[in-house]
Amino acid sequence: MNRTSRMSASTLLILLALAFLSPIYLMLVNSFKDRAELYKSALALPKSFSFQYYSKAMEKMSFATAFGNSLFITVVSVIFVVVLASMTAWMLVRTDNKLSQIIFLTFVSTMLIPFQTLMMPLMQVMDWIRGTLHIPMLNTRGGLIYMNVGFHASMAVFLYHGFIKSVPVALEEAATLDGCSKFGVFWRIVFPMLKTITITVAILDVIAMWNDYLLPSLTLSDKALRTIPLSTFYFFGEFTIQWNLAMAGLTLTIIPVVVFYMFAQKYIIKGIAAGAVK
Amino acid sequence: MILLTKSNKGWFALFTVPLLLVFTTVVIIPFIIGIGYSFVSWDGIPANPKVFVGLDNYIELLKDDRFLTSAWHTIEFTVLALVLVNVLGLAFSLLVTMKLRISNAARTMFFLPNLIGGLILGYIWQFIFTDVFKFLGDKTGWDSLFFNWLIHPQSALYAMVIVFTWQMAGYTMIIYIAGIQGIPDELGEAARVDGANLWQRLTKIVFPLLMPSFTICLFLTLSGAFKIFDVNLSLTKGGPNNATELFAMNIFNEIFGYGHYGLGQAKAIVFFILVAAVTLTQVIITKKKEVQY
Repeated sequence: MNRTSRMSASTLLILLALAFLSPIYLMLVNSFKDRAELYKSALALPKSFSFQYYSKAMEKMSFATAFGNSLFITVVSVIFVVVLASMTAWMLVRTDNKLSQIIFLTFVSTMLIPFQTLMMPLMQVMDWIRGTLHIPMLNTRGGLIYMNVGFHASMAVFLYHGFIKSVPVALEEAATLDGCSKFGVFWRIVFPMLKTITITVAILDVIAMWNDYLLPSLTLSDKALRTIPLSTFYFFGEFTIQWNLAMAGLTLTIIPVVVFYMFAQKYIIKGIAAGAVK
Repeated sequence: MILLTKSNKGWFALFTVPLLLVFTTVVIIPFIIGIGYSFVSWDGIPANPKVFVGLDNYIELLKDDRFLTSAWHTIEFTVLALVLVNVLGLAFSLLVTMKLRISNAARTMFFLPNLIGGLILGYIWQFIFTDVFKFLGDKTGWDSLFFNWLIHPQSALYAMVIVFTWQMAGYTMIIYIAGIQGIPDELGEAARVDGANLWQRLTKIVFPLLMPSFTICLFLTLSGAFKIFDVNLSLTKGGPNNATELFAMNIFNEIFGYGHYGLGQAKAIVFFILVAAVTLTQVIITKKKEVQY
């Protein structure tokens, strides 16, 4: 292609990308308009930038609390998934027997089970644990974290398993001969070598857990425990008609995602590609 | 190889049991007792008895018109979404691999919607399909295109396809990009020297070599579309008149809305069998078409 056609192709591509993101534009501009302005000129830039709907939405959604809950639940769940799944997968790869194969196949074959098939009996099991063993599994952050780990275990074990198979065993054997325990071998030698796949697992799980609505909606009933998707849902139940307020609320929920994307873009795109191809 | 001594067994247990315990209580046990629940009649209240009814729930769901309609709409939705997501994702991937200066920026923008949760996307688009579309209809006079899409059954289903496509196109784009970058440049160059035009190079070289990417993308869109719930809830709530109530939402409503725990669970088991059958069949078919080079 010559210079002119490259220029026009670039221009067309950027216009297409901007058009693709026009819903975001509409959300942003209308979060600043009052009711009359919104219905008179829905597409135009706002006449003035007043943040009154933002402060109102923040208060109605208890945004700070919801953000804190989402952050805590996501971060702790992801740490547990990474630690437990990498340890399990390593043992399964390095212990070559029937039991390992059966465990691995069980993990993989459950990946096809839709959440809807498990949700009702899962609530019964958790209720039973609460009633019989007196462990508060329902309506607690800890209970939700526990279930998050269970649901994301298969995928993480599968990804780690595939990766560890390509890691040479020689280093581990040398360390064992030097008197290093299995625990030491794993954390000092193996785990640092799993960095790329750990990033993939973490990214995929952060996105899925941060955005999850259904599981938290079934397990958390206290207002103070609501995550961002939950508080968005209840916010919409109460204020559907006030679109300017609603758009301000939605913009608030998207800000953390966009910030995360800006800082981790390279890893996210690589992680998505790697996670899908496996 | 390291021998399996007693202490090795201990290490094996220490490393695997914690996750296995969580996984068993969260996935395996619910799955097994879920099959049991599908053979009883129960309203979800612990004090009330669970009555064994055999296959009655399965017979009843076959006679449930609302369930069958929702099954049909799910298929319609999935087929449309499958085509649109992959056509758009593939087109985007070809556009951003043309090595233009703004390719990276465009890729970043196309992928952004995928990071936003389905619930929130549905709410953004609810505003667009109701108020913005009405506004556009009033301004342009094209009210056969711009009207409130969410109040008519058919257009509401199309609206869901659009939102799902908006969410997933960037995702498949990333996978297609990885596939395209794996194709050696010399192949395209050689064909160009031999006089092949752009369309011939795409259909004769690029697409056949992209078969593995097609397998992955079709699998991901197929299972994603079939299991859609969040967008369904926030965009249409299944309305108007349950016309857009898809599979997952029908099951949810049957169990938690109407308190038909047994019947709802039977639907959930059927749902699992369908998801497994459809996705596995698709993977087997497209795997066969993959070529080596």
